[in-house]
Formats: sequence, structure tokens, C-alpha cells
Amino acid sequence: MTDSNVPLLSIDDLHKSFGTVEVLKGIDLSLDRGDVVTLIGSSGSGKTTLLRCVNLLEDFQGGSIRLAGEAIGYREEGGRRQRLPEREIARQRSLTGMAFQQFNLFPHLTALENVTLGLRKVKKMGKDEAVAIGEQWLRRVGLIERRDYHPGQLSGGQQQRVAIARAIAMNPSLMLFDEPTSALDPELVGEVLAVIKDLAQDGMTMLLVTHEMRFAYEVSDRIVFMSQGRIEEQGPPRELFERPRSTRLAEFLGRTSF
Amino acid sequence: MYEAPSWFLELWNARQTLAAGFATTLACSVLAVLGGTLLGTLGGLALTYGRWPLRLPFRVYSDLIRGTPVFVLVLACYYMAPALGLRPTPFQAGTAALLLFCGSHVAEIVRGALQAIPRGQHEAAKAIGLTFAQSLKEVLLPQALRQILPTWVNASTEIVKASTLLSVIGVAELLLSSQQVIARTFMTLQFYLFAGLLFFLINFAIERLGRYLEKRVTLP
Amino acid sequence: MNYTLNFAPVWQNLDHLLAGLALGLQLALVGIAIGCLIGLATAFALLSPVRALRWLAAGYVTLVRNTPILVLILLLYFALPSIGIRLDKLSSFLITLALYAGAYLAEVFRGGLMAIPKGQREAGLAIGLREWQIKAYVIIPVMLRNVLPSLSNSFISLFKDTSLAAAIAVPELTYQARKINLESYRVIETWLVTSALYILTCYVIALLLRQLERRLSLTR
Repeated sequence: MTDSNVPLLSIDDLHKSFGTVEVLKGIDLSLDRGDVVTLIGSSGSGKTTLLRCVNLLEDFQGGSIRLAGEAIGYREEGGRRQRLPEREIARQRSLTGMAFQQFNLFPHLTALENVTLGLRKVKKMGKDEAVAIGEQWLRRVGLIERRDYHPGQLSGGQQQRVAIARAIAMNPSLMLFDEPTSALDPELVGEVLAVIKDLAQDGMTMLLVTHEMRFAYEVSDRIVFMSQGRIEEQGPPRELFERPRSTRLAEFLGRTSF
Repeated sequence: MYEAPSWFLELWNARQTLAAGFATTLACSVLAVLGGTLLGTLGGLALTYGRWPLRLPFRVYSDLIRGTPVFVLVLACYYMAPALGLRPTPFQAGTAALLLFCGSHVAEIVRGALQAIPRGQHEAAKAIGLTFAQSLKEVLLPQALRQILPTWVNASTEIVKASTLLSVIGVAELLLSSQQVIARTFMTLQFYLFAGLLFFLINFAIERLGRYLEKRVTLP
Repeated sequence: MNYTLNFAPVWQNLDHLLAGLALGLQLALVGIAIGCLIGLATAFALLSPVRALRWLAAGYVTLVRNTPILVLILLLYFALPSIGIRLDKLSSFLITLALYAGAYLAEVFRGGLMAIPKGQREAGLAIGLREWQIKAYVIIPVMLRNVLPSLSNSFISLFKDTSLAAAIAVPELTYQARKINLESYRVIETWLVTSALYILTCYVIALLLRQLERRLSLTR
């Protein structure tokens, strides 16, 4: 039972270190259903690490992350913080979807098989049902004619679109995008951004990390600027880009092309 | 186990037999590796740079020998020799088989390494006026050595391990010597383990030596 | 050289030779199949974050790779009975071959596993797959396709190693050949035909495996 007043994603005082180096120094962030939020900042700001904490590809040492009210990754038991069993974490991960910078499609499977793998093995669907859903999403990203192609036969942009279909087919409540176009040749970037924009307009809740500033401006409800492990400033794109309040943000925007 | 003290006693009693066996193992291994390396290097050079009348016999030799199990090779050399008019001792027949085996592998190793050298190296050597022999010695082989060395060390340990097959044709190397001791003392497990340990140590030492040589040969 | 070639005794016993060859192939197949399982488990252990597992796996691999296979065969067959384990020849050899194969394949698999980008595992995690599912449906299938050439070489090598079963009188090809050799004194003919059989079989296996490689290749 989800209370519609509870934010979909709620990050409270998140702390994360790599060894002795603290990279997230107390992050507070929340997303409501349908929000499209983009994290921006220079490399080392912690934005990718934050994204990867949400689906527990990185663990975190302090604070909490809640997805539709459910605590991700850890639980309090008798005052002690314990990591959830692997089975639980796997289930929680299937509530989110992620698109990676390097696409990470499974090379030995066709596009359709890539999309249906999760449906069949995680959601335990039958083959026909999985194929139907898989084809629906491949059609949505415009690649239905390539359903039987292997990743090696697809361009970078096509691979990324299949990767997005693979993530969305799992019907996640939240989509995570980790620099989805950074590894693409410039001509292929547009087709991927178009798919993401399309999904956003359909009401998908999204958390993105990207360097594509114009795109961030166009698609986001909110932009979050991070620097050195903290959130420096956040707000609607127009506000942040045209009237930055922090000097670091102003510098950052001055350096990046827009 | 209470047998342990008596095992040490038996080991001491057997020391000469086992030492002789160890020496024989080393002897046939070293001979086979040295001879095989020489043969194989010539073969590798022939396969890389020779014209087809030179390449063909080496190709046939290498492919046939490599496709045959080394055990079959040993038995074949041992049994076929008298029919060919030769009268080798088992040691000679076995070592010859190992030599041929080593040679075929080294030929492939050397060929692979030489063919991996970029063409530009040959051309640069020619351009500064080196003869073929000189360019081999100064330019090509030193570079090929880097690739050859680890695989050659591997092949050498294979020869040491294959030397145990000579026990089947009656050569008193380490394995057969161990078996002779076992026949006398009935301490089967202990002496087989001991033989295994010795072989392990020999090969381990060779591997280490190989890695040391590799480091000295690698470019900084 | 007073030796007149007479292949008749060999042709008369061709069925024995072929039966031996078939047995050798069966031993190779089963031995390698089991060896693959052992090798896969060992490869994962070699890459495990648990140090004890890594050490155990590394110890197993180093021990087996540096010990002559004949010593291993004799150890398992003759020495194990003294600690109460008595196996028949076939099982004993099979287990030895599987353990031997496992140690070599572990290195092949380990290399293959390390070559898989870690993004593959993360993509699997991101869609909610369990660790074992990721290994079963993504990592292992991709890894096997990548190491297929090395795997083919290992298979051919291990098939040739089945010739050593003759050392404990398992009636595979080499044993049959030796028998014919001793009974008929047709030394040259026997070993020529036997070598030819091995070489031919290796060639056919290599051909078949190359076909398999092409069909499963990820770069279509």
C-alpha cells in the first residue's frame, strides 16, 4: 500500500566513503512520483556515486534511502544497522531500472532476449508473456525490427535504446540514468535523448546524471547541483541556470557549454 | 602416523637409488630441452623465413609430432629403433623422443614470436645495412625472446614431466627409481608422494627461474 | 636394415585399435566435462574475496600443474588403496584426468572471467537478478564463448593425455597398439598407424571445434 503523500524516493543524510575518503557528505533529496530530476556537477562531485547508491550498486555507511517508504539495502535491528540479505536486495533492485553509460547489454543475447531476461528470471513470467512485453517496449524505443539482432550488430545509440527498453520493461517505479549519452558518437546522442524525453513526458519518475546541459534544462522538473559530496543548490532549471545562487554553480555553468 | 619414523629410515636407505634417479631425470630433461631448443629454433627460423622446400619438412615434422601424444612418441622411438637398424639404450631412445617433441613445440613458439614482430623492424634493420644474420641477432631475436621465454619455460616443464614416461620403457629415472623403492618397502603412498613432491619442486624452481629471466629480458 | 613392411597384422587388429580410440575419446569427453565443472568452480574460487578459498584453489592448481600426470595417475591408482580408497582402473584414471583438466581449465576460465567487463554484472544486478542468476545466464555463457579457442586447445591436449591410461592397463588406443606391437613385432607399422590415428582424430576434433567457435562467435 503506497501512501500517495510519501515521496517515491527519499534520501536522508546519506553518507558514503570509499575507504577513508568520504564522497557523499550528508545528502538529503526527495523525489515525488512523476518527477524528473537531474544531477549535475563536475567529476568527483559524487553525483554518479549517489545514483549508484539508490539501487545499491554502491553501499553506503550512513543515512537512509527509502523507495516508496521502504528502506533500501539496510535495516535497523536492535539499534544495529544490518545489510539486508541478497535476495531482498535483488528484489529491491528490480523496483528501479538503470541505464548505464556503457550500455552493458548482454552480448550473447539478442535485443529481445536482453529485454526479456529479467521478465522471465526475476518476474518469473512465461515466455509468451515476456516476449509480448519485450516487443512492446522495443517498439516504443523504435527498434522492433532489430529484435533478433545481437548487440554487436547494433550502433551505440541503438544499443542504449535497447538497454533503456530492458530497464523499463521491468516496470520500475524509478528510472536511473547514469550518463546515458556520454559514450555515444555525437550523431547518435539525439535518438537516445528523444526516447528519454518521451518517457519523461509519459510520467516516468527519473533521476538522471548527464553532461548534456541543454537536455537537462528541457526535460527536468528540477536540477540538483552537487559539489564535493554535497548538494550545493537545487531548483527548477530556469532558476538554476539563469539565476545561480552559489558561486561554484556559476563557475560550473560558465565552464560548461550551454 | 607411526610409520613416519620408519619412512625416514627407508628414505635414507634409498637415497642412492633416488639420487641416481633424480640425476637421470635431470640428464634426459636437459639433453632433450637443449637439443630440442636448437632443433626448434632452426625449425622456427625455417618456418618463418624459409622458402617452401625448406618449410615443408619442418611443417610436416612439427604438425605430425605435435598431433601425437608424447607417450606414443616415446614408445614408438623405443620399439621402432631396432627395426631401423639402430640400437639405442632405452635412455637414448626416450631422450630422442623427448628431444623431437621439444623441438616441434619450440619451432611453433619461435615461429609465432618471429611472425609477431612488426614488419617495420625487418625493414629498419635492412635500411641501416644489416645482413640477415645480423638483423636476426641484433634486432629480431632479442624482441622475439620476450614472447618466446614464458612459453619456452612452460615447454621445458612439460619435458621434465614427460621424462616420467621413460619409466615405462625401463629408464631408471626418478619415477621408476621410486617404484623400485616401493617394490622393496611397500610404502606406496609415501614414496609416490615424495616423488610427486620432488617433481613439483623441480618444476616450481624452473617456473621461478623463468619469471626471473623474463624480468631481465623485458624492456624497462 | 632388414625390415620388410607388412601392415597385415595391423589391419587385422584394426577393430581393437579403433575400440581403443573410441574408449580414449569417451574418457576424454567425460574427463573434460567433469574437469570443466571443477575448473569453473576453481576459477571462481581463484577470484573469490575469501582469502582461504583463493589460497586453496591456487594450491590445487599449482600442485597439479607442476606434477607429472603419470605420477598423479599412479598415485591415485596405487597409493590411494593404502588409505582405504580402492578404485577400478577406469574410474581412477577418469578422476585423475578430471582433476588434471580442472587445474588447467581453471586458469583458462579465470582469464576469461577477468576479461568480462564489470558492467555486465552491474546490468544484471540492476534488473534484479540474483548473483547466481547473473553467473548462470550472463557471465558463464559469455565467458565460455570467449575462451572457446583456448578450450579447444585444452580439449585436444587432454585427449592426447588419455594415452597415459595405458600405463595402468586401461585398454585405450596406446595400450592396444603396444599389445599388437608386442605380439606381432610389426613395430614400424603399428606405431605409424597409431600415430596416424591420433593425428587424424586431433585434426577432426580441431575442425569440429572451429565450426562450433564460428557458430557461437559473438562477433557475427
